[in-house]
Amino acid sequence: MDNSVYPQNSLVSVRNLTFSRGDKKIFDDISLDFERGKITAIMGPSGTGKTTLLKLIGGQLFPEQGAITVDGENVHQLPRSQLYNLRKRIGMLFQSGALLTDMSVYDNVAFPLREHTHLSESMIHTLVLMRLQSVGLRGARHLMPSQLSGGMARRVALARAIVLDPMMILYDEPFTGQDPISMGVLVHLIKALNNTLKLTSIIVSHDVHETSAIADYIYVISDGKVVGQGSPKEIQNSASPWIQQFMTGAADGPVHFHYPAKAYIDDLLPSGKRY
Amino acid sequence: MIQFLQGLGKSTRTSFTKLGRATFFLLRTLSGLFSVLPRPRLLLNQLYFVGVLSFLIITISGLFVGMVLGLQGYYILSDFGAEASLGLMVASSLVRELGPVVSALLFAGRAGSALTAEIGLMKATEQLSGIEMMAVDPIKRIISPRFLAGLLSMPLLAALFSAVGIIGGQLVGSGLLGVDEGAYWSQMQAKLDFQDDIINGIIKSIVFGFVATWIALFEGYDAMPTSEGVSRATTRTVVNSAFSILGLDFILTALMFGDD
Ligand SMILES: Nc1ncnc2c1ncn2[C@@H]1O[C@H](COP(=O)(O)OP(=O)(O)OP(=O)(O)O)[C@@H](O)[C@H]1O
Ligand SMILES: [Mg+2]
Repeated sequence: MDNSVYPQNSLVSVRNLTFSRGDKKIFDDISLDFERGKITAIMGPSGTGKTTLLKLIGGQLFPEQGAITVDGENVHQLPRSQLYNLRKRIGMLFQSGALLTDMSVYDNVAFPLREHTHLSESMIHTLVLMRLQSVGLRGARHLMPSQLSGGMARRVALARAIVLDPMMILYDEPFTGQDPISMGVLVHLIKALNNTLKLTSIIVSHDVHETSAIADYIYVISDGKVVGQGSPKEIQNSASPWIQQFMTGAADGPVHFHYPAKAYIDDLLPSGKRY
Repeated sequence: MIQFLQGLGKSTRTSFTKLGRATFFLLRTLSGLFSVLPRPRLLLNQLYFVGVLSFLIITISGLFVGMVLGLQGYYILSDFGAEASLGLMVASSLVRELGPVVSALLFAGRAGSALTAEIGLMKATEQLSGIEMMAVDPIKRIISPRFLAGLLSMPLLAALFSAVGIIGGQLVGSGLLGVDEGAYWSQMQAKLDFQDDIINGIIKSIVFGFVATWIALFEGYDAMPTSEGVSRATTRTVVNSAFSILGLDFILTALMFGDD
């Protein structure tokens, strides 16, 4: 891949990104592009750094090397006020939902509107109910976050992420914890948001099936590297053993199910005492 | 030996970097105060949680401390036939020392630990990150209103503590032990000095409130984002606040009452 080229229609470009946590290299010189108006998925085993990548894009973590540009602006060189302006145009759905626990569902969805706009309460009321309706939780507006299930909390968080009509949404595992019906609705909603609002979407997920159904482009990341990329079809037909293992879910193969460890036998037996 | 020195050097370094972080945090919190002023509702909510919910513990403790002072003071003073000065003794102990100090310790235990746990949990559950990603500064939105609420509540709580304590001393002194009620109040009024006693007591409680709230908020904000990290931070809040309050009390007392 030629790293100096910024494709014209890419909204987010990651260039030669390196990032470590302690001694562990999470990303090792990777480059990715996320096209405007498209749904791009990032897939990869648990713990490869998918959430970390979203936080880097949002400017919450700083890369050791490399650069990330969003809509032509280098995220990590922006002054705080401009970074905040950029963030107003980005909706992020956290893996945990990250709802504010001291506010009701309604107030949570209204939060960005109240902080960033001068809309009247009746306008806010309309907008909030519209967003809650689209995730099927209009009736849950008086509940507190502690009264929601994990899947419901994530749908509320989605309503909150889209309430300011962002140009881009970052979804961290939108499908986990959803029953088949809300899953279907969510898949449809993400697709619809993307088509009608001309949003750019980045989806982090390991739900191979759902993600392949809506993504326009997929990156597969493992061990700090991009191990595969392409349209869902290309990915599914890929000859790469990495990708085949990931798509089929086999425990053995080039991708390690186990976190790096010393030999199993050495861990079980006290050192030097092999019988 | 070398290992010991290395360990010492390392722990000094980590405590200095922590002090640096705490100072930076304080500066950001203080600059965030300006954005609290146009939003009184944020402040009112926090005044309720930080201040009003501490009312009960402060009132009850103040009452008992005052009653004990009434008893002890009576035994000492009656040896010299000076029971009439009981009111003065109770009031000056409370206003100068016990009011600000004990109420600050109670405040650290009641409100401070709750603040640390709340902020720490908000961090552990990614609420602070979430707020940041919604382009809202968590320091301005979450920390500064709580800081201001602590700052405003502490002197009021200390005053409440002293006032209730003086009444407690009077209940025991005149009600139980037969000290003349008129003398209890009039000696207090005549001898308690506005500048020396009351103002200095208020200054103390403002300083304690500032420090206790700062420690509580910083420990929460700096906590490791896990349940264990939050529980440790909560303990540190109570311990560090107690040390700081008692240490500062000594310094302030020496400065205020030292030269007369
Ligand atoms: N705050 C942290 N401090 C140190 N290491 C961290 C921290 N957060 C994450 N890590 C490490 O970074 C790596 C990537 O974490 P990340 O949360 O990005 O993974 P992920 O791909 O989102 O996994 P999952 O699919 O399970 O959500 C993990 O190996 C984890 O151990
Ligand atoms: Mg993750």
